Amino acid sequence: MQNTIKFFIILLLVFILGVFFISLNKSSNYDTKYLLGNKLTNFQLKSFYDNKVFINNDFKENNFTLINFWASWCAPCRVEHPVLIKLSKEKNLKILGINFKDKKANASKFLETLGNPYDFLAKDELGKQSIIFGIYGIPESILINKDFTIIRKYIGPLNNKDFNEIKGIIN
Amino acid sequence: MKLKLFSIIFFLSINFCFAANQIVDENKIYKNLRCLVCQGQSVADSNSDFAQTLKMVVKDLIGQEKTEEEIYHFLSEKYGDWILYKPKFNLENFFLWFFPYFVLITGGFIIVFLIKKRSKKV
Repeated sequence: MQNTIKFFIILLLVFILGVFFISLNKSSNYDTKYLLGNKLTNFQLKSFYDNKVFINNDFKENNFTLINFWASWCAPCRVEHPVLIKLSKEKNLKILGINFKDKKANASKFLETLGNPYDFLAKDELGKQSIIFGIYGIPESILINKDFTIIRKYIGPLNNKDFNEIKGIIN
Repeated sequence: MKLKLFSIIFFLSINFCFAANQIVDENKIYKNLRCLVCQGQSVADSNSDFAQTLKMVVKDLIGQEKTEEEIYHFLSEKYGDWILYKPKFNLENFFLWFFPYFVLITGGFIIVFLIKKRSKKV
């Protein structure tokens, strides 16, 4: 019996050390890896310009769609804008911009000054749509394919590395 | 007559209990949701923009008569189980749920063994 107790104590120690080892080597930051491969279904987005409502069907012709959440008040959005402009020249990709909790006049001025890379432009005045897309801060971008399957998710501003990755995927 | 009265009261009380269970408490849900942009705060405790938006969405879902479980399922589909303070029981975390019981039972056996051994010596 004493051997059994010793065995259990050793087992417990090994377990505790194992938990520490695994936990300390694992990033505890929230990430959205699990979202990759999920499908975006039944979303409805109000157009930025008029009363039109975008639904899934509006994007089914696109081979790839990059959904980009942005706002004029967001400084990192300004940083990523040149990358979006470069991506807008890609034939295989359409960009859906979702203007997040912003004033229309400010957002329009932002696009006038920096250029408009968006093929579709929608607005999310209250931010509720962002939850449906699993967004928790901006800028965030989601690359989906024809079947609305999430291929990549980019948290934070897009950079040249992301540009090359997206280019590699869509071509 | 008494039996009839008793059955009516019994039936009404069951209905009342059932209805009480169906009321979704939004504050309870907020407390079980992790604010993803805060440090160790629940959505209930946080004033962040993300938490405020999440509260609006939860209110909308309650308005659509979604149950507490459906709301958790919806949000964990969007943000993963990380958003829930009380994780769902699944294959990945079953050890987390059962390990305390395992330690408790094993510890109990060890204590019983040691007590028996000591009483034999005495």
